[in-house]
Amino acid sequence: MNFHEKAQIMDPQRMRRAIVRIALEIVEKNKGIDDLVLVGIQRRGVNLARSIAQAIEKNEGAAPPMGTLDITFYRDDLSTLGPVPKVGKTDIGFDINGKTVILVDDVLYTGRTVRAALDELMDFGRARRIELAVLIDRGHRELPIRPDFVGKNVPTSRKEVIKVMVEEIDGREGVVVGEIVEE
Amino acid sequence: MLRNKDLLDLESLTAAEIKLILDTAEAFLAVMRRPVPKVPILRDKTIVNLFFESSTRTRISFELAEKRLSADIVNFSAATSSLSKGETLKDTVDNILAMRADMVVMRHSASGAARYLADRIPAGVVNAGDGMHEHPTQGLLDMLTMRQRMGTLQGKRVVIVGDIMHSRVARSNIWGLTKMGAKVTVCGPPPMIPVQMEEMGCTVDYDLRHAIEGADAINVLRIQLERQTVQTFPGNREYARLYRLDDEMLAATKPSCFVLHPGPMNRDVEITSEVADGRRQVILDQVTNGVAVRMAVIYLLSGGAPENLGENLN
Repeated sequence: MNFHEKAQIMDPQRMRRAIVRIALEIVEKNKGIDDLVLVGIQRRGVNLARSIAQAIEKNEGAAPPMGTLDITFYRDDLSTLGPVPKVGKTDIGFDINGKTVILVDDVLYTGRTVRAALDELMDFGRARRIELAVLIDRGHRELPIRPDFVGKNVPTSRKEVIKVMVEEIDGREGVVVGEIVEE
Repeated sequence: MLRNKDLLDLESLTAAEIKLILDTAEAFLAVMRRPVPKVPILRDKTIVNLFFESSTRTRISFELAEKRLSADIVNFSAATSSLSKGETLKDTVDNILAMRADMVVMRHSASGAARYLADRIPAGVVNAGDGMHEHPTQGLLDMLTMRQRMGTLQGKRVVIVGDIMHSRVARSNIWGLTKMGAKVTVCGPPPMIPVQMEEMGCTVDYDLRHAIEGADAINVLRIQLERQTVQTFPGNREYARLYRLDDEMLAATKPSCFVLHPGPMNRDVEITSEVADGRRQVILDQVTNGVAVRMAVIYLLSGGAPENLGENLN
Protein backbone atom coordinates (compact mmCIF):
# COMPACT_ATOMS: atom_id res chain seq x y z
CA MET A 1 0.00 0.00 0.00
CA ASN A 2 1.32 3.42 -1.00
CA PHE A 3 0.20 6.96 -0.39
CA HIS A 4 -0.35 8.81 -3.64
CA GLU A 5 -0.40 12.57 -3.03
CA LYS A 6 -3.02 14.48 -5.04
CA ALA A 7 -2.99 18.06 -3.78
CA GLN A 8 -1.63 20.31 -1.08
CA ILE A 9 -4.25 21.73 1.26
CA MET A 10 -1.98 23.80 3.47
CA ASP A 11 1.61 24.88 3.03
CA PRO A 12 3.72 25.41 6.17
CA GLN A 13 2.82 29.08 6.37
CA ARG A 14 -0.94 28.55 6.09
CA MET A 15 -0.73 25.74 8.62
CA ARG A 16 1.03 28.00 11.10
CA ARG A 17 -1.51 30.78 10.53
CA ALA A 18 -4.37 28.36 11.16
CA ILE A 19 -2.75 27.26 14.43
CA VAL A 20 -2.28 30.86 15.57
CA ARG A 21 -5.92 31.65 14.74
CA ILE A 22 -7.15 28.59 16.66
CA ALA A 23 -5.03 29.71 19.62
CA LEU A 24 -6.57 33.20 19.51
CA GLU A 25 -10.10 31.80 19.25
CA ILE A 26 -9.55 29.50 22.21
CA VAL A 27 -8.40 32.39 24.38
CA GLU A 28 -11.17 34.66 23.15
CA LYS A 29 -13.96 32.16 23.68
CA ASN A 30 -12.72 31.23 27.14
CA LYS A 31 -11.95 34.85 28.12
CA GLY A 32 -8.33 34.16 29.00
CA ILE A 33 -6.38 31.08 30.01
CA ASP A 34 -7.46 30.66 33.64
CA ASP A 35 -8.49 27.06 34.28
CA LEU A 36 -7.63 26.17 30.68
CA VAL A 37 -5.67 22.98 29.85
CA LEU A 38 -4.68 21.49 26.49
CA VAL A 39 -4.75 17.76 25.79
CA GLY A 40 -3.31 16.47 22.49
CA ILE A 41 -4.43 13.12 21.06
CA GLN A 42 -1.53 10.84 20.03
CA ARG A 43 0.26 11.17 17.79
CA ARG A 44 -0.02 14.38 15.73
CA GLY A 45 -2.58 16.01 17.99
CA VAL A 46 0.21 16.19 20.56
CA ASN A 47 2.43 18.25 18.26
CA LEU A 48 -0.48 20.52 17.32
CA ALA A 49 -1.42 21.05 20.98
CA ARG A 50 2.18 22.03 21.66
CA SER A 51 2.11 24.54 18.78
CA ILE A 52 -1.18 25.97 20.04
CA ALA A 53 0.27 26.29 23.56
CA GLN A 54 3.27 28.17 22.17
CA ALA A 55 1.00 30.51 20.18
CA ILE A 56 -1.06 31.20 23.30
CA GLU A 57 2.10 31.90 25.30
CA LYS A 58 3.23 34.43 22.70
CA ASN A 59 0.04 36.44 23.11
CA GLU A 60 -0.83 35.89 26.76
CA GLY A 61 2.63 35.64 28.31
CA ALA A 62 1.87 32.20 29.75
CA ALA A 63 0.94 28.83 28.31
CA PRO A 64 -1.79 26.57 29.69
CA PRO A 65 -0.70 23.16 31.04
CA MET A 66 -0.48 20.49 28.35
CA GLY A 67 -1.10 16.76 28.45
CA THR A 68 -1.17 13.87 26.00
CA LEU A 69 -3.80 11.19 25.48
CA ASP A 70 -3.45 7.81 23.76
CA ILE A 71 -6.93 6.44 23.05
CA THR A 72 -5.88 2.89 22.16
CA PHE A 73 -7.43 1.28 25.25
CA TYR A 74 -10.74 3.03 24.55
CA ARG A 75 -11.14 2.08 20.90
CA ASP A 76 -14.36 0.41 19.72
CA ASP A 77 -12.80 -1.62 16.92
CA LEU A 78 -10.26 -3.90 18.59
CA SER A 79 -11.83 -7.10 17.26
CA THR A 80 -11.93 -5.89 13.66
CA LEU A 81 -8.65 -4.04 13.73
CA GLY A 82 -6.10 -6.78 13.20
CA PRO A 83 -3.07 -6.90 15.45
CA VAL A 84 -3.53 -4.45 18.27
CA PRO A 85 -1.87 -1.07 17.73
CA LYS A 86 1.23 0.06 19.55
CA VAL A 87 0.35 2.13 22.56
CA GLY A 88 1.55 5.73 22.86
CA LYS A 89 1.98 7.75 26.00
CA THR A 90 -0.89 9.14 28.02
CA ASP A 91 0.45 11.81 30.32
CA ILE A 92 -1.95 14.11 32.10
CA GLY A 93 0.11 15.53 34.94
CA PHE A 94 -2.58 17.81 36.32
CA ASP A 95 -6.02 17.60 37.85
CA ILE A 96 -8.73 18.15 35.22
CA ASN A 97 -11.54 18.54 37.75
CA GLY A 98 -13.26 21.88 37.18
CA LYS A 99 -10.99 22.74 34.24
CA THR A 100 -11.84 23.60 30.65
CA VAL A 101 -10.09 20.98 28.57
CA ILE A 102 -9.22 21.76 24.95
CA LEU A 103 -8.91 18.43 23.16
CA VAL A 104 -6.63 18.73 20.13
CA ASP A 105 -6.38 16.40 17.12
CA ASP A 106 -5.08 16.75 13.59
CA VAL A 107 -8.03 15.43 11.55
CA LEU A 108 -11.68 15.05 12.49
CA TYR A 109 -13.34 12.30 10.41
CA THR A 110 -15.78 9.70 11.77
CA GLY A 111 -15.64 11.15 15.29
CA ARG A 112 -14.79 7.77 16.80
CA THR A 113 -11.38 8.85 18.03
CA VAL A 114 -12.95 11.84 19.78
CA ARG A 115 -15.59 9.58 21.35
CA ALA A 116 -12.81 7.39 22.74
CA ALA A 117 -10.86 10.44 23.93
CA LEU A 118 -13.94 11.82 25.72
CA ASP A 119 -14.50 8.52 27.52
CA GLU A 120 -10.85 8.37 28.54
CA LEU A 121 -10.87 11.98 29.78
CA MET A 122 -13.92 11.24 31.93
CA ASP A 123 -11.85 8.61 33.73
CA PHE A 124 -9.36 11.30 34.74
CA GLY A 125 -11.97 13.43 36.45
CA ARG A 126 -14.89 15.76 35.88
CA ALA A 127 -13.84 18.61 33.62
CA ARG A 128 -16.06 21.70 33.74
CA ARG A 129 -16.17 21.68 29.97
CA ILE A 130 -14.44 19.90 27.09
CA GLU A 131 -13.93 21.66 23.76
CA LEU A 132 -12.53 20.23 20.55
CA ALA A 133 -9.90 21.83 18.31
CA VAL A 134 -8.87 20.21 15.00
CA LEU A 135 -6.66 21.38 12.18
CA ILE A 136 -8.78 19.69 9.47
CA ASP A 137 -12.45 18.72 9.49
CA ARG A 138 -12.97 16.35 6.58
CA GLY A 139 -16.59 15.41 7.22
CA HIS A 140 -18.17 11.89 7.15
CA ARG A 141 -19.12 11.90 10.82
CA GLU A 142 -20.53 8.66 12.23
CA LEU A 143 -21.28 10.10 15.67
CA PRO A 144 -22.91 13.33 16.85
CA ILE A 145 -19.63 15.14 17.46
CA ARG A 146 -18.69 18.63 16.23
CA PRO A 147 -15.52 20.69 16.65
CA ASP A 148 -15.38 24.04 18.46
CA PHE A 149 -12.25 25.25 16.67
CA VAL A 150 -11.36 24.29 13.08
CA GLY A 151 -8.30 25.17 11.00
CA LYS A 152 -9.96 24.31 7.70
CA ASN A 153 -12.99 22.41 6.46
CA VAL A 154 -12.02 20.06 3.64
CA PRO A 155 -14.73 18.16 1.74
CA THR A 156 -13.37 14.70 0.94
CA SER A 157 -14.47 11.37 -0.42
CA ARG A 158 -14.12 8.33 1.83
CA LYS A 159 -11.45 6.94 -0.48
CA GLU A 160 -9.21 9.90 0.19
CA VAL A 161 -6.69 10.25 2.98
CA ILE A 162 -5.72 13.49 4.67
CA LYS A 163 -2.14 13.68 5.87
CA VAL A 164 -1.15 16.33 8.38
CA MET A 165 2.60 16.60 8.64
CA VAL A 166 4.46 18.01 11.61
CA GLU A 167 8.15 18.79 11.92
CA GLU A 168 8.92 16.37 14.81
CA ILE A 169 7.45 13.27 13.12
CA ASP A 170 7.47 13.96 9.38
CA GLY A 171 10.39 16.37 9.05
CA ARG A 172 8.17 18.98 7.40
CA GLU A 173 4.92 20.83 7.94
CA GLY A 174 1.81 21.03 5.81
CA VAL A 175 -1.40 19.20 4.91
CA VAL A 176 -1.94 17.12 1.79
CA VAL A 177 -4.79 15.02 0.40
CA GLY A 178 -4.16 11.80 -1.46
CA GLU A 179 -5.25 8.22 -1.93
CA ILE A 180 -3.93 4.87 -0.82
CA VAL A 181 -3.12 2.87 -3.94
CA GLU A 182 -2.63 -0.88 -3.87
CA GLU A 183 0.63 -1.89 -5.52
CA MET B 1 2.62 -7.59 17.23
CA LEU B 2 2.60 -11.10 18.61
CA ARG B 3 2.64 -13.86 16.00
CA ASN B 4 0.59 -16.44 17.86
CA LYS B 5 -2.85 -16.63 19.44
CA ASP B 6 -1.28 -18.08 22.59
CA LEU B 7 1.44 -17.33 25.12
CA LEU B 8 2.76 -20.75 26.06
CA ASP B 9 6.43 -20.09 26.76
CA LEU B 10 9.19 -17.54 26.33
CA GLU B 11 11.31 -20.02 24.40
CA SER B 12 9.36 -19.38 21.20
CA LEU B 13 9.06 -15.58 21.53
CA THR B 14 11.41 -13.21 19.73
CA ALA B 15 13.28 -10.40 21.49
CA ALA B 16 11.01 -7.93 19.64
CA GLU B 17 7.89 -9.64 20.98
CA ILE B 18 9.23 -9.60 24.52
CA LYS B 19 10.09 -5.93 24.20
CA LEU B 20 6.58 -5.18 22.90
CA ILE B 21 5.03 -6.94 25.91
CA LEU B 22 7.27 -5.09 28.39
CA ASP B 23 6.64 -1.70 26.72
CA THR B 24 2.88 -2.33 26.69
CA ALA B 25 3.06 -3.34 30.37
CA GLU B 26 4.58 0.06 31.16
CA ALA B 27 1.52 1.70 29.56
CA PHE B 28 -0.73 -0.42 31.78
CA LEU B 29 1.29 0.48 34.89
CA ALA B 30 0.39 4.10 34.09
CA VAL B 31 -3.27 3.08 33.75
CA MET B 32 -3.10 1.46 37.20
CA ARG B 33 -2.06 4.81 38.69
CA ARG B 34 -5.05 6.69 37.23
CA PRO B 35 -8.07 7.81 39.28
CA VAL B 36 -10.05 5.12 37.44
CA PRO B 37 -7.47 2.34 37.17
CA LYS B 38 -9.17 0.36 34.41
CA VAL B 39 -9.83 0.64 30.68
CA PRO B 40 -12.82 -0.61 28.64
CA ILE B 41 -10.88 -2.22 25.80
CA LEU B 42 -11.88 -5.88 26.46
CA ARG B 43 -15.46 -5.33 27.57
CA ASP B 44 -16.64 -7.66 24.80
CA LYS B 45 -14.33 -10.52 25.84
CA THR B 46 -14.83 -13.40 28.25
CA ILE B 47 -11.82 -15.06 29.84
CA VAL B 48 -11.79 -18.39 31.65
CA ASN B 49 -9.26 -18.96 34.42
CA LEU B 50 -8.60 -22.67 34.70
CA PHE B 51 -6.46 -23.54 37.68
CA PHE B 52 -5.81 -27.25 37.98
CA GLU B 53 -3.05 -26.62 40.49
CA SER B 54 -3.32 -24.48 43.59
CA SER B 55 -2.26 -20.90 43.22
CA THR B 56 -3.05 -17.74 45.07
CA ARG B 57 -1.02 -14.88 43.77
CA THR B 58 -0.88 -15.85 40.11
CA ARG B 59 -4.62 -16.48 40.01
CA ILE B 60 -5.42 -13.20 41.78
CA SER B 61 -2.98 -11.34 39.57
CA PHE B 62 -4.59 -12.69 36.39
CA GLU B 63 -8.07 -11.98 37.75
CA LEU B 64 -7.18 -8.41 38.58
CA ALA B 65 -5.51 -7.90 35.19
CA GLU B 66 -8.64 -9.19 33.43
CA LYS B 67 -10.90 -6.94 35.51
CA ARG B 68 -8.68 -3.92 34.81
CA LEU B 69 -9.25 -4.62 31.09
CA SER B 70 -13.03 -4.84 31.64
CA ALA B 71 -13.23 -8.48 30.49
CA ASP B 72 -15.84 -10.81 31.95
CA ILE B 73 -14.23 -13.66 33.83
CA VAL B 74 -15.10 -17.16 34.89
CA ASN B 75 -13.02 -18.96 37.51
CA PHE B 76 -12.61 -22.66 37.59
CA SER B 77 -10.44 -24.61 39.98
CA ALA B 78 -9.71 -28.29 40.08
CA ALA B 79 -11.18 -29.00 43.48
CA THR B 80 -14.66 -27.88 42.45
CA SER B 81 -14.58 -29.10 38.86
CA SER B 82 -16.02 -32.02 36.98
CA LEU B 83 -12.44 -33.26 36.50
CA SER B 84 -12.95 -34.92 39.82
CA LYS B 85 -15.81 -36.75 38.10
CA GLY B 86 -13.45 -38.14 35.48
CA GLU B 87 -13.92 -35.68 32.61
CA THR B 88 -10.91 -35.12 30.34
CA LEU B 89 -9.19 -31.75 30.02
CA LYS B 90 -10.30 -31.38 26.40
CA ASP B 91 -13.94 -32.10 27.24
CA THR B 92 -13.87 -29.66 30.13
CA VAL B 93 -12.49 -26.91 27.94
CA ASP B 94 -14.82 -27.68 25.01
CA ASN B 95 -17.75 -27.25 27.37
CA ILE B 96 -16.47 -23.92 28.59
CA LEU B 97 -15.78 -22.70 25.07
CA ALA B 98 -19.30 -23.71 24.01
CA MET B 99 -20.38 -20.96 26.40
CA ARG B 100 -18.49 -18.61 24.06
CA ALA B 101 -15.35 -17.73 25.97
CA ASP B 102 -12.58 -15.95 24.08
CA MET B 103 -9.46 -16.85 26.02
CA VAL B 104 -8.26 -19.42 28.51
CA VAL B 105 -5.69 -18.83 31.23
CA MET B 106 -4.51 -22.19 32.49
CA ARG B 107 -2.28 -23.57 35.21
CA HIS B 108 -1.68 -27.29 35.17
CA SER B 109 0.71 -29.69 36.88
CA ALA B 110 1.63 -31.44 33.62
CA SER B 111 4.44 -29.97 31.53
CA GLY B 112 3.08 -29.30 28.06
CA ALA B 113 -0.56 -29.06 29.15
CA ALA B 114 -0.86 -25.51 27.80
CA ARG B 115 0.49 -26.57 24.38
CA TYR B 116 -1.84 -29.58 24.32
CA LEU B 117 -4.81 -27.30 24.87
CA ALA B 118 -3.65 -24.52 22.53
CA ASP B 119 -3.32 -26.99 19.65
CA ARG B 120 -6.90 -28.17 20.11
CA ILE B 121 -8.99 -25.05 20.64
CA PRO B 122 -9.48 -21.88 18.58
CA ALA B 123 -9.41 -19.64 21.66
CA GLY B 124 -6.16 -18.07 22.82
CA VAL B 125 -4.35 -19.84 25.68
CA VAL B 126 -2.16 -18.12 28.25
CA ASN B 127 0.06 -20.48 30.18
CA ALA B 128 -0.06 -19.61 33.89
CA GLY B 129 2.47 -22.35 34.68
CA ASP B 130 2.64 -25.90 33.34
CA GLY B 131 4.47 -28.46 35.42
CA MET B 132 8.22 -28.04 35.24
CA HIS B 133 8.07 -26.45 31.79
CA GLU B 134 7.48 -22.68 31.85
CA HIS B 135 5.70 -19.85 33.63
CA PRO B 136 6.01 -17.17 30.97
CA THR B 137 4.18 -14.30 32.68
CA GLN B 138 6.39 -14.74 35.75
CA GLY B 139 9.47 -14.56 33.52
CA LEU B 140 8.08 -11.40 31.90
CA LEU B 141 7.28 -9.68 35.18
CA ASP B 142 10.74 -10.52 36.49
CA MET B 143 12.27 -9.01 33.35
CA LEU B 144 10.08 -5.91 33.60
CA THR B 145 11.17 -5.42 37.22
CA MET B 146 14.83 -5.86 36.28
CA ARG B 147 14.53 -3.52 33.30
CA GLN B 148 12.98 -0.83 35.50
CA ARG B 149 15.92 -1.02 37.90
CA MET B 150 18.72 -1.42 35.38
CA GLY B 151 17.37 0.53 32.38
CA THR B 152 18.20 -2.36 30.07
CA LEU B 153 18.70 -6.11 30.20
CA GLN B 154 21.41 -6.09 27.54
CA GLY B 155 24.75 -7.19 28.98
CA LYS B 156 23.48 -7.41 32.58
CA ARG B 157 24.46 -10.33 34.81
CA VAL B 158 21.57 -12.15 36.45
CA VAL B 159 21.98 -15.02 38.91
CA ILE B 160 19.11 -17.46 39.43
CA VAL B 161 19.43 -19.42 42.67
CA GLY B 162 17.57 -22.51 43.71
CA ASP B 163 16.06 -25.72 42.39
CA ILE B 164 16.59 -25.04 38.70
CA MET B 165 15.62 -28.62 37.82
CA HIS B 166 12.02 -28.36 38.96
CA SER B 167 11.50 -24.65 38.33
CA ARG B 168 9.34 -23.37 35.50
CA VAL B 169 10.11 -19.86 36.75
CA ALA B 170 13.83 -20.51 36.18
CA ARG B 171 13.22 -21.83 32.68
CA SER B 172 11.11 -18.84 31.63
CA ASN B 173 13.69 -16.47 33.14
CA ILE B 174 16.55 -18.15 31.31
CA TRP B 175 14.83 -18.12 27.92
CA GLY B 176 13.61 -14.55 28.26
CA LEU B 177 16.73 -13.01 29.76
CA THR B 178 19.14 -14.60 27.30
CA LYS B 179 16.99 -13.47 24.36
CA MET B 180 17.17 -9.92 25.73
CA GLY B 181 20.95 -10.09 25.90
CA ALA B 182 21.44 -10.67 29.63
CA LYS B 183 24.11 -13.05 30.92
CA VAL B 184 22.49 -15.67 33.13
CA THR B 185 24.16 -17.81 35.78
CA VAL B 186 22.22 -20.58 37.48
CA CYS B 187 23.24 -21.64 40.96
CA GLY B 188 22.12 -24.42 43.31
CA PRO B 189 23.06 -27.83 44.67
CA PRO B 190 24.38 -30.08 41.85
CA PRO B 191 21.38 -32.47 41.96
CA MET B 192 19.08 -29.49 41.37
CA ILE B 193 20.91 -28.28 38.26
CA PRO B 194 19.89 -30.14 35.11
CA VAL B 195 22.51 -31.11 32.55
CA GLN B 196 22.82 -29.18 29.32
CA MET B 197 22.23 -25.80 31.00
CA GLU B 198 24.96 -24.37 28.77
CA GLU B 199 22.83 -25.21 25.75
CA MET B 200 20.20 -22.80 27.06
CA GLY B 201 22.86 -20.11 26.95
CA CYS B 202 23.71 -19.78 30.64
CA THR B 203 26.59 -20.66 32.93
CA VAL B 204 26.47 -22.89 36.00
CA ASP B 205 28.01 -22.14 39.39
CA TYR B 206 27.54 -24.34 42.47
CA ASP B 207 28.97 -21.73 44.85
CA LEU B 208 26.52 -18.94 45.67
CA ARG B 209 29.11 -16.50 47.07
CA HIS B 210 31.15 -16.84 43.93
CA ALA B 211 28.16 -16.72 41.58
CA ILE B 212 26.81 -13.40 42.87
CA GLU B 213 30.15 -11.60 42.62
CA GLY B 214 29.60 -8.75 40.16
CA ALA B 215 25.93 -9.68 39.61
CA ASP B 216 23.40 -6.98 38.71
CA ALA B 217 20.38 -8.94 39.97
CA ILE B 218 19.72 -12.11 41.97
CA ASN B 219 16.50 -14.04 41.43
CA VAL B 220 15.97 -16.32 44.44
CA LEU B 221 13.60 -19.19 43.69
CA ARG B 222 11.25 -20.76 46.15
CA ILE B 223 12.25 -24.19 47.37
CA GLN B 224 9.16 -26.11 46.39
CA LEU B 225 8.94 -28.71 49.08
CA GLU B 226 5.98 -30.28 47.29
CA ARG B 227 8.20 -31.11 44.32
CA GLN B 228 11.15 -32.53 46.24
CA THR B 229 12.21 -36.13 46.26
CA VAL B 230 14.71 -37.59 48.69
CA GLN B 231 17.35 -37.89 45.98
CA THR B 232 17.58 -34.24 45.02
CA PHE B 233 16.96 -32.40 48.24
CA PRO B 234 19.42 -32.47 51.11
CA GLY B 235 16.92 -30.98 53.59
CA ASN B 236 16.05 -27.44 54.57
CA ARG B 237 18.90 -26.97 57.01
CA GLU B 238 21.57 -28.24 54.67
CA TYR B 239 20.17 -26.20 51.80
CA ALA B 240 20.05 -23.04 53.93
CA ARG B 241 23.63 -23.48 55.06
CA LEU B 242 24.92 -23.21 51.48
CA TYR B 243 22.27 -21.42 49.43
CA ARG B 244 20.30 -19.13 51.74
CA LEU B 245 20.85 -15.52 50.64
CA ASP B 246 21.68 -13.36 53.66
CA ASP B 247 22.79 -9.78 54.32
CA GLU B 248 26.42 -10.75 54.67
CA MET B 249 26.54 -12.32 51.20
CA LEU B 250 24.62 -9.42 49.72
CA ALA B 251 27.08 -6.94 51.26
CA ALA B 252 29.83 -8.44 49.11
CA THR B 253 27.95 -7.75 45.84
CA LYS B 254 27.73 -4.55 43.81
CA PRO B 255 25.89 -1.81 45.76
CA SER B 256 23.30 -1.65 42.95
CA CYS B 257 22.62 -5.40 42.98
CA PHE B 258 19.04 -6.22 43.98
CA VAL B 259 17.01 -9.29 44.89
CA LEU B 260 13.88 -10.78 43.33
CA HIS B 261 11.72 -13.61 44.65
CA PRO B 262 8.62 -14.98 42.87
CA GLY B 263 6.91 -15.84 46.18
CA PRO B 264 5.61 -17.32 48.30
CA MET B 265 8.81 -17.20 50.36
CA ASN B 266 10.14 -19.85 52.68
CA ARG B 267 11.77 -17.44 55.08
CA ASP B 268 15.12 -18.67 56.38
CA VAL B 269 15.26 -21.50 53.86
CA GLU B 270 16.22 -19.75 50.59
CA ILE B 271 16.23 -16.17 51.87
CA THR B 272 16.68 -14.57 55.28
CA SER B 273 14.06 -12.21 56.65
CA GLU B 274 16.62 -9.39 56.69
CA VAL B 275 17.03 -9.71 52.93
CA ALA B 276 13.34 -10.37 52.28
CA ASP B 277 12.37 -7.19 54.14
CA GLY B 278 15.51 -5.23 53.32
CA ARG B 279 16.05 -2.26 51.07
CA ARG B 280 17.60 -4.28 48.25
CA GLN B 281 14.60 -6.44 47.43
CA VAL B 282 11.98 -5.58 44.82
CA ILE B 283 9.49 -8.29 45.74
CA LEU B 284 6.40 -6.09 45.93
CA ASP B 285 7.37 -4.28 42.71
CA GLN B 286 7.26 -7.73 41.11
CA VAL B 287 3.69 -8.21 42.33
CA THR B 288 2.56 -4.85 40.92
CA ASN B 289 4.39 -5.48 37.66
CA GLY B 290 2.75 -8.89 37.46
CA VAL B 291 -0.70 -7.35 37.01
CA ALA B 292 0.60 -4.95 34.32
CA VAL B 293 2.43 -7.69 32.41
CA ARG B 294 -0.65 -9.92 32.43
CA MET B 295 -2.80 -7.01 31.20
CA ALA B 296 -0.29 -6.50 28.38
CA VAL B 297 -0.24 -10.18 27.37
CA ILE B 298 -4.03 -10.54 27.38
CA TYR B 299 -4.48 -7.26 25.50
CA LEU B 300 -1.87 -8.10 22.87
CA LEU B 301 -3.43 -11.54 22.28
CA SER B 302 -6.91 -10.04 21.83
CA GLY B 303 -6.48 -8.37 18.44
CA GLY B 304 -8.37 -9.43 15.34
CA ALA B 305 -7.04 -11.09 12.20
CA PRO B 306 -3.77 -9.78 10.72
CA GLU B 307 -5.35 -9.01 7.32
CA ASN B 308 -7.12 -5.97 8.78
CA LEU B 309 -3.84 -4.29 9.65
CA GLY B 310 -3.51 -0.75 8.42
CA GLU B 311 -7.11 0.27 8.81
CA ASN B 312 -7.17 3.86 9.90
CA LEU B 313 -9.63 5.81 11.94
CA ASN B 314 -9.55 9.58 12.19
